[in-house]
Amino acid sequence: MALELPENVVVSRLDELASWCRKNSLWPMPFATACCGIELMATGASKHDLARFGAEVFRFSPRQCDLMIVAGRVTMKMLPVLQRIWLQMHEPKWCISMGACASTGGVFDTYAVVQGIDRFIPVDMYVPGCPPRPEQLIQAIIDLQDKIQREGTISGREFDTAERQLRKRALVESAQLLTLDAARNPVVQRELAAAAHQH
Amino acid sequence: MAIASDPRPLVSDAARPDAARSEDYLWTLNFGPQHPATHTTLRLVLKLEGERVVDALPEMGYLHSGFEKIGEHLTFNQYVTVSDRMNYISPMANNVAWHHAVEKLLGIELTPRCKYIRTIIAELARISDHLLCNGAVGLDTGAFTFFLYGFYQREVIYDIFETLCGARFTNSYTRVGGVSQDFTPLVIEKINTFLRTFPKTLDDMERLLTRNRIFVDRTKGVGVLSKADAINGGASGPVARASGVTRDLRKDDPYLAYEDFDFQICCASSGDCYARYLVRMQEMRESLKILRQALDNLPGGPVNVGIDQRTALPTKKQVYSTIEGTISHFELSMGNRGFEVPCEEAYAATEAPNGELGFYVVGDGGESAYRARCRPPALLHFALFPQLIRGHTLSDVVAVLGSLNIIAAELDR
Amino acid sequence: MDTTTFRGQTRLVVPAQMSLEVLGFLRDRGFDLLVDVTCVDYLEYRGAKQRYGMVYLLASTATNQRLTVRVFVDDPEPTVASVVPLWASANWLEREVWDLFGIRFSGHPDLRRLVMPEEFTAHPLRKDYPMQGRGERHNFPILTREDG
Repeated sequence: MALELPENVVVSRLDELASWCRKNSLWPMPFATACCGIELMATGASKHDLARFGAEVFRFSPRQCDLMIVAGRVTMKMLPVLQRIWLQMHEPKWCISMGACASTGGVFDTYAVVQGIDRFIPVDMYVPGCPPRPEQLIQAIIDLQDKIQREGTISGREFDTAERQLRKRALVESAQLLTLDAARNPVVQRELAAAAHQH
Repeated sequence: MAIASDPRPLVSDAARPDAARSEDYLWTLNFGPQHPATHTTLRLVLKLEGERVVDALPEMGYLHSGFEKIGEHLTFNQYVTVSDRMNYISPMANNVAWHHAVEKLLGIELTPRCKYIRTIIAELARISDHLLCNGAVGLDTGAFTFFLYGFYQREVIYDIFETLCGARFTNSYTRVGGVSQDFTPLVIEKINTFLRTFPKTLDDMERLLTRNRIFVDRTKGVGVLSKADAINGGASGPVARASGVTRDLRKDDPYLAYEDFDFQICCASSGDCYARYLVRMQEMRESLKILRQALDNLPGGPVNVGIDQRTALPTKKQVYSTIEGTISHFELSMGNRGFEVPCEEAYAATEAPNGELGFYVVGDGGESAYRARCRPPALLHFALFPQLIRGHTLSDVVAVLGSLNIIAAELDR
Repeated sequence: MDTTTFRGQTRLVVPAQMSLEVLGFLRDRGFDLLVDVTCVDYLEYRGAKQRYGMVYLLASTATNQRLTVRVFVDDPEPTVASVVPLWASANWLEREVWDLFGIRFSGHPDLRRLVMPEEFTAHPLRKDYPMQGRGERHNFPILTREDG
């Protein structure tokens, strides 16, 4: 539902207000598979309290959450489950990849562990560590809150104008540029196709 | 409560068609790999008749990461980091178990101080594991405060481990022939403080749940495992001891310094979830006794084995001042040298908090194991699950699964 | 059959045809706890005569004795008799050996894969299977932001 509004102050304030509301009440869905899951539980427990940052309810239903924290290694048997849960979550949604195993495969460069969930799921924030300390996870959530405030929702189109669309497309493409595998990088492919066309 | 023990079906006869007992009437529920109560990635396909579970098909492998394959590529001291990630609730116990097996293969005898230190950390890991296991049972049956008390005490234990070796958990603390860091006075002081303050918290936690009518009704008589089934099914640890099997490797097959201490094995006879809860609570108290005795009698002396054994890294002082230290350091650190490993096979088990955790290590002369097999207690406990849950209701699934303390990483490796 | 001792453990080597009989005899003699069933692939081991060595670790709850029983089998079609009739704990342990090594257990009630997905075809813990796998771990569809 795109609103046809000119570039005026009212729209950007509403956008910021919506982002502010969303960032301060991120409801995490813990996709805890392994050891990072214990640090995630410790972050939610009383010593390092995640509820202070708005993440009060650790809902385990994807229909009720907007932040998926993938904590722990994801194996090839589990990846379809992860993808299905990601699809079941409603927009706007974000993903934090917690720990070395979720970000890159970690210690486990083996036949069964997916070397980074960002190969198959769009990830917004990576938290390094094996396992990351609770303070690191809290910092990641704070950084994600800053990101939400700055960028709003990547796929959401409620406050769209032509200029915002362009900015979003640039953001998505810059993320895609980071894909090292040239064959899967659409921007590189487009450039190569354009270059080949010229000859 | 009437429901758990009442054999009559919950749906009235008038509401069901005549073909009620056929397979079509049973409802299949997927208690999927993503569920808060599955304690990470387990899957159960439950066949329900109303609320009552007729059958349960467990499925595992959602966290299989190829640990045993990695064991063939990493050296003994590198693999301890991977062994941490098995039973990640009590990683120190896995470290102790792995190096116990490796040292048995290599034929290394530890120094007395090292034995006491490893005993102390193994018992702290046991307390940590039981706090989380019982905490999870409490959480799954609705007792959130119990879980938070347990988690706070685990933070105190994490603090001790962090002061000791730098990591909260996944410490990789042991090395072949010794440990990576010796105990400092600060660590001993922190453990003493823990020993002073923990019993009161344990009493508070007991007061919350042990005679709580709701908790007792949810766990008593639920998930009964008979003694014969426990032995036949290969159960060990608190799960077996709660069914009457009086087997504890600390007493039956003593290792490290357990022979020097005076403690008791905790057993129960009823074999239900409540018995497992009680066994774990009592085991924590016994661990406190062991810790007190170990700390009071901690022997002095070196913590790693001597330089002549050529297995543990010598201290920096030895490296810089003695020729044997320098040679030993060189031999151990250079890539193509290292210590000699017999071409033999050895199995050694320790009493991990979950049961009998053993490693079957095959050496082939090189620095890494030819085969590093981990014998996971959780695998056999999960295989027992269907027979425990038959006839109980859906809400009992959660209580039984929690009381078995199945850690997916240990299960799947 | 021969017996060896190493670091206090007694190992017994049993020919594959007699394995069920010998293990049944041992169970009746008091070894009521089957601790583990596993396998070692001796493909790259110096001096190995047969490729697979099954390992049965037994223990007695009454006398606390332990015993290791070895059964050697070879390619192709390695098969061993299943010990599920003797100990119920062997059910999943043998399924895991089938999954990771490819050794068939004759008489097993439910021999299917345990830790790997059902569609997986190889036996990962064999020495000729590479540690990084053969590409199965990344063979999945990619979800992007637009897919929602």
